[in-house]
Amino acid sequence: MAITLSASDTASPPLSARLSPPQVWGIALLAPYLLVFLAFVVYPVGYGLWLARQPSSYVALYNDPIFARAAVNTLIFLVIGINIKMLIALFLSGFFAQQRPWIRWLSVIFILPWAVPSIPTILSVRFMLNPEWGVVNQLIFKFTGDDGPNWLNDPAVALAMAIGVHIWKSLPFWTLILLTGRLAISHDLYEASDVDGANWWQKFRYITWPSMQTLYITCTLLSMIWTLGDFNSVYLLTGGGPADLTHVLSTLGIRYLRLDQLSLAMASIVCAMPFVLPLVYFMMKRLSR
Amino acid sequence: MKLPTLREVGTEAKLLLIGIPVFIWTMIPIYHMFVFAISPKEDAFTGKLWPDHPTLHNFSIVFHQQHYFLRDFWIQFWNSTVIALAVGALTLFVATAAAFSISRLRVPGGRAVMNMALFTYFIPAAFLAVPMYRTMGTYGLLNNHWSLILAMVTIAAPYAIWVLKQASDKLPVELDEAATMDGATTLQLFRLVYVPLMMPSLVAVGTYAILLAWNEYLYAFLLLSKDTDITLPVALGNFLAADDSPWELLMTTGFIYALPPAAVYYAFKRYMVGGLTAGAVKS
Repeated sequence: MAITLSASDTASPPLSARLSPPQVWGIALLAPYLLVFLAFVVYPVGYGLWLARQPSSYVALYNDPIFARAAVNTLIFLVIGINIKMLIALFLSGFFAQQRPWIRWLSVIFILPWAVPSIPTILSVRFMLNPEWGVVNQLIFKFTGDDGPNWLNDPAVALAMAIGVHIWKSLPFWTLILLTGRLAISHDLYEASDVDGANWWQKFRYITWPSMQTLYITCTLLSMIWTLGDFNSVYLLTGGGPADLTHVLSTLGIRYLRLDQLSLAMASIVCAMPFVLPLVYFMMKRLSR
Repeated sequence: MKLPTLREVGTEAKLLLIGIPVFIWTMIPIYHMFVFAISPKEDAFTGKLWPDHPTLHNFSIVFHQQHYFLRDFWIQFWNSTVIALAVGALTLFVATAAAFSISRLRVPGGRAVMNMALFTYFIPAAFLAVPMYRTMGTYGLLNNHWSLILAMVTIAAPYAIWVLKQASDKLPVELDEAATMDGATTLQLFRLVYVPLMMPSLVAVGTYAILLAWNEYLYAFLLLSKDTDITLPVALGNFLAADDSPWELLMTTGFIYALPPAAVYYAFKRYMVGGLTAGAVKS
């Protein structure tokens, strides 16, 4: 590893002359990660692109109504779901910034969805929504005497529920991050504005938002990229059903894999790249400073 | 004692008006799971807020593996534990070495490697799942714990390297210079100066990797399939295969499965908040 790496950028002088002992160690210590990267990122990605090389796969995708539906669902998930989530997180970060003992305790409980694994809680929600035995419909029956709706059998409701589960899981994380941003704002600014008689909206508009907007927008973009990969919320709640109408891109790939249509699975992911890569590049630039 | 003014009562009431829904929203799925876990089978479906006869019988069934779905519970618990710990250890090794090399030794090309790692961090892991599955097949690692361990190290390492690099950039250069002046070799510098100073970040990164691996579902269910090989989350997912699956046992197992990561999270919260959330998004 060390030899191949350094040979590429050193042409004529012998290795030992150009590299000091710390640099030799540097290459040796970087080697484990490079090996992992080559074997489990470069090779799979290259292989995946090779699988997705035929134009016929894209034609097949284009003609598959489930793909179009999944693309629309993903867009709804990202554009509506994430923005609702981030707005609530922004609001709640203001709530948790209040100095009260009980709010400190509540913040400890509030982080639970983030601290526990998502599988059991998603399954718990799935059972709550079961049309016959779920607790939601049990309560509806108890109070109204009517049977409740078959929640997960309506694609729109099922997708909304999946978005709800996603929000439930990741809201604490983003609230916490926005809270850190909010607490970094100097308290003097608020005190000065109190003296000037500013109301809460003016404080938010002229103090909080200007200091937090970069953080807020970065968080929103990052959350969008990560939510693209949210497999669990959809797969474990709806399984992509009813009738494959609630798939998103991340579950669609697995669906094609199950159907042994590997080239379609890869092509569907490649289709997302024009949207993902600019975002990824932007985030990378921000964080690598 | 001073009586609160009307204005203070009003503010408190408004805060409660937000706090109570937040509490209910947060607790519902967890409480629902908990009630199922302590309900006897016949009580579980009555929709009561608290069971008439709370019992720990479900836990006893799970621990004694007395159900078809649970016959490999302990070995699956063991699989989850071993894989999570292995991912934690390997990620720490790979990431610490890489961060030291990039940040302290300033190895040529280090910045490029950092950027590649960050790039991987931002690509959603689910997108890599299908090619990773095929690759593991090519390497002959499918249905082998190593496939999941290596896949999770691949996913955990980029962020780990980034966090460690950020932390180690803050250590003064003079430290390395002083140690080198005293005749320390690079390896001694790493072992005796770097690692002890980086301890808080190392704890944070190790915890991060362990929790990531323990919680992983997608990769685990793709890469492992035999009942005695799979991890707990896959076993939980398998309950859904049958229509008459015993919900109360599924919820009990889920509850047991959720406890260790929650405990770890709260125990290391200090490190997690300091080391990770601040680092996750730099403003």
